[in-house]
Amino acid sequence: MLSIQGLTRPGIKPFSLELNAGECVALTGPSGSGKTLLLRAIADLDPNRGSVFLDRVSRDDIDAPAWRRSVGYLAAESGWWADAVGTHFADHDQAAALLPELGIVADALAWPVARLSTGERQRLAFARLALVSPKVMLLDEPTSGLDAEAVDMMEAILSQRLAAGAAILLVTHAAEQARRLATRHLRMTDGMVAEAPV
Amino acid sequence: MSFLSLSPLDVAIAALLLVLNALLSLMLRLGLVKQMLIAAIRMVVQLLLLGLVLKVLFDLASPLVTSAMGLIMILFAGREVMARQARPLAGWWTYGLGTGAMLFAGTVVTVFALTTQVRPDPWYEARVAIPLLGMILGNTMTGIALGLDSLLTSAARERSAIEARLTLGHTVTEAMSGVVRDALRHGLIPIINSMSAVGLVYIPGMMTGQILAGIEPMEAVKYQLLIMFLIAGGTTLGVLGAVLAASRRLTDSRHRLRLDRLSAANGD
Repeated sequence: MLSIQGLTRPGIKPFSLELNAGECVALTGPSGSGKTLLLRAIADLDPNRGSVFLDRVSRDDIDAPAWRRSVGYLAAESGWWADAVGTHFADHDQAAALLPELGIVADALAWPVARLSTGERQRLAFARLALVSPKVMLLDEPTSGLDAEAVDMMEAILSQRLAAGAAILLVTHAAEQARRLATRHLRMTDGMVAEAPV
Repeated sequence: MSFLSLSPLDVAIAALLLVLNALLSLMLRLGLVKQMLIAAIRMVVQLLLLGLVLKVLFDLASPLVTSAMGLIMILFAGREVMARQARPLAGWWTYGLGTGAMLFAGTVVTVFALTTQVRPDPWYEARVAIPLLGMILGNTMTGIALGLDSLLTSAARERSAIEARLTLGHTVTEAMSGVVRDALRHGLIPIINSMSAVGLVYIPGMMTGQILAGIEPMEAVKYQLLIMFLIAGGTTLGVLGAVLAASRRLTDSRHRLRLDRLSAANGD
């Protein structure tokens, strides 16, 4: 589904990956090894070189907003551009249906962003991206700092998405999580990625 | 109609107030005497030079020399814009964009006023063109400096919010709309304030000058209104041009936020 050949940018050695539909690949590595830079490069948020294809269509032939709707990147730190939570969701009915699955009441759409806890922000930012229904999700530590119950809920949604044919590249520090969700395991050190045992 | 001419002695007497100022600074140990002295000397020299330059300029009546003078004023204004930036674009971009926007707005509005409303003969007469350009530039410069500073600092501060929109597939125009709107507002607030306060809070310098020179108040008012409209037009054009161009420079055709095109932050 997602095919990456020789992707490189400052801080990242040439990186190649074949990610199939329904597959989750976990990426681990020490802080500062370049995991976030790599996800940003795949999402085309920073200048980078190399070829990236989605379903055999080159990224160069797709305009950037459409690319990012298909290959959705979730940053470790969420960003909010308006005061109200609801403004960040295009479709409130869909959002209201999804939020309880993440342990957040649907009323949260009417709240100000300033009232949200860090964990709520993280889950709402995930919901915001999930509602765009990207074919590939690039997730940067989506569950770090969440309590066990919230982690379970988010993993359940990720499993559903995988079963429905989405692909996931998951940056995580939790080895248990990588084992639960991922079928392959990559390890990054100093900008270089290598296969690691599951 | 009377014009009250001043002798050099009259000016010197007014300068006594500065001595009072210096004494106060000495007594209260404000440490401002040197700075104040330098500023006062600069003011005297700069204004005397200006008087000489304007005299030559008016006597020459050459459109070429007048344009050259206008250009020099715009280049200095560009330097002032640059000096007000906490975090300018790397390289010459902030200077270039600010100066370009002032060149455009200043020229368009000044030529518009000269050819359709003020109509001196010939239309490019330096005695009218240079002061007009000066007043338009002074305000446009402030607007552009504030607008660019707001855009560049808030784009860096709001990075995660802007990129959150980009990752959800919004276009770069949508993602930047918040910071662009704020920057335009910052750039235009001074001229809106001065339009609201004029006549109540302060009497503008040009109108004061005309009244002192013996012109009827209503005539001076008409001139002031004209100038305020020109300034408002010039500021709007200049701020819009500079902010939109800088926003383009901060982004690229792949809808990325390019903070790498800002110069390194000072002090972090």
